[in-house]
Amino acid sequence: MTGGRLEFRDARRAAALRDALARATTRPTAVMHVCGSHEQAIAKFGLRSAFPEQLDVIMGPGCPVCITDPPEIDEAIALAQQGVRILTYGDMVRVPGSAGSLADAQARGAKVETVYSVAQAVERAHGTKDEVVFFATGFETTAVATAAVLLAGVPPNLSVLSAHKYIPPVMEIVAEMPDCRIEGFLAAGHAATITGWGIFDAFVTRHGLPVVVAGFEPLDILAALVRLVDMIRRGERAVANMFPRCVTRDGNTHAQRQLWQVFRPIGGQWRGIAHVPNGNLRLRDEWAHVDARRRFTIDASSLRQTAPPVLARQCICGNIMAGVASPDACPLFGTACIPESPVGACMVSSEGTCRIWHEYGRVPRLAAV
Amino acid sequence: MRRFIEEEFLRTFRTDPEMPAGLIGVSAMDDGGAVRIGDQWLVLTTDSHVITPPFFPGGDIGRLAICGTVNDLAMMGATDVLGLTCSVVLEEGFPRADLRRILDSMRRACDEASAVVIAGDTKVMGRGEVDGVVINTAGMALTPRVVRDCGLRPGDRLIVTGSLGDHGMAVMATRHGLNLETDLVSDVAPLNRLIRCALDAGGDDVVAMKDPTRGGAATSLHEMASKSGVGIVVDEAAIPVRDAVRAVADLVGIDPLLVANEGKALIGVRAGAALRVLAALRAHPLGVDAAVIGTCISDHSGMVVLDTGFGRRLVAEPEGELLPRIC
Repeated sequence: MTGGRLEFRDARRAAALRDALARATTRPTAVMHVCGSHEQAIAKFGLRSAFPEQLDVIMGPGCPVCITDPPEIDEAIALAQQGVRILTYGDMVRVPGSAGSLADAQARGAKVETVYSVAQAVERAHGTKDEVVFFATGFETTAVATAAVLLAGVPPNLSVLSAHKYIPPVMEIVAEMPDCRIEGFLAAGHAATITGWGIFDAFVTRHGLPVVVAGFEPLDILAALVRLVDMIRRGERAVANMFPRCVTRDGNTHAQRQLWQVFRPIGGQWRGIAHVPNGNLRLRDEWAHVDARRRFTIDASSLRQTAPPVLARQCICGNIMAGVASPDACPLFGTACIPESPVGACMVSSEGTCRIWHEYGRVPRLAAV
Repeated sequence: MRRFIEEEFLRTFRTDPEMPAGLIGVSAMDDGGAVRIGDQWLVLTTDSHVITPPFFPGGDIGRLAICGTVNDLAMMGATDVLGLTCSVVLEEGFPRADLRRILDSMRRACDEASAVVIAGDTKVMGRGEVDGVVINTAGMALTPRVVRDCGLRPGDRLIVTGSLGDHGMAVMATRHGLNLETDLVSDVAPLNRLIRCALDAGGDDVVAMKDPTRGGAATSLHEMASKSGVGIVVDEAAIPVRDAVRAVADLVGIDPLLVANEGKALIGVRAGAALRVLAALRAHPLGVDAAVIGTCISDHSGMVVLDTGFGRRLVAEPEGELLPRIC
């Protein structure tokens, strides 16, 4: 049935790494990863059941859809209601803004369409005379794609509403949270492919916490955790690259040049978490002609006057994204809040902690059943 | 869907007491109902089929309609079909050539299952009132012993008769125009001959059967586990999945366990009979990839535990839009 055994899905090697992880974890230890793809792999392969009991692997603000702030979504809804065609990634359509989602606006007649890539948005814009706005979300991994497409030239009827976010600054926010018990971070391998692992040096110096860059196969994650826990135990404050087949110290410098040619970092609110200095990516002044915020007058004030639905007030997505609560601590998880009728952003996006936990059996540690 | 059926239909058609002697009614929520007649059981089942698109790699709505009903009978242990009914609702203007193609396909599937359509009905509805074609089939068959989906005990083994996910992935790829250069083909096939082989080899040690159609193996395993009051541990590495299905599943992020099959069965057997039943299945062309994929345990009653080789996790029952609408 299946072809050759996949190198990074070798269960025998996993057993050896699991033993090593158990040996390395000599006291209660909490570490954080900041990537939905890491959580996907951990949940899908049942890795949490194999982690030592004393090791807590927490997902932080790693879902770009989830941390998009309601006012940013309001901007897209307001534009859609002004008659502009909004193109965006699938998950974004259902994420609630202050009073509703893009899907609600669509139901009221606004033009909202999903695309798989920014390149597809360009294609759509070419095929119409309408004003088209690409509501751009995602971390630096996705932002470089937006940058590359803008640099290559876009049709005059396309503009960009950037809600792109930049991960390194939010790690600082989490590390500085008053009751933070995180002793080390796993960094996302795909983001580091672009930024390079050197970018985490400054974080390590400032906060004295180790960072390990990790890939996404089960063996990648296990090996990275062994390294991270070992560094914590030995008090080693450094960056370790456990994804060397893709990540270098300097990263993809060409992509970085393109990223910073198009975007500049500014401070902004991440949903449910905090104001993150330099956490938002906005278009630079040179790109004003494609910046939806400058091409249109966006008035979303009416959307913010509506009180949020009652259930939404019970949602603890903010705490979940900040890594201080787990989905199973939420009274709505799996009952009032399910993928078909999500209350919070974390249940909407396939990168969201709640959605991932729900999809892979709801119970992270089987022993607890 | 199951909750919806329970809330609406079971409330209305509940058999009371739940299982009167000589009757298996809708309260059992099994693949079919059964009435005791002398020393035999008359098994009845019915299924309505809608699918977009009506023609897909490896099959079409006609083949699906015959196989769905034949297989539901077979899952109750009733492998010799006495007769089928066929009721067709057509949208005005449905191409005559397409209808003929569907009917020819139904005929071929009947031949494979040694079944005949003995009664039928046709209705035409206005344009836009129905999506192309809807086919309902019903079937009846006699069996001396009914096999339920609730007969598992701790220690029993779960056998799957072949690869999982083929039908759902083939239909999904066609429906969404994924343009993948793969050889995804639906597995839609009548299983009654294959199931006969398993029953002949295993006898009374074949204790539960279910065909993992809508909702995939995850849903069927949950039903079997909860109705039987056991937990089921599934060994992920043992699950047969074709390379093309696995590749597309990884690409679109959908677990083959959650995807519909139309030519596979999950068979629960007493441990001592597992190898015997497995060998009988493998000797049949539709069962060459059969495999033992799971074991029943007394812990985790009603739950399905997946051993991924890296760790263990629960398998969730799929809901709503995670799945394509298939039939």
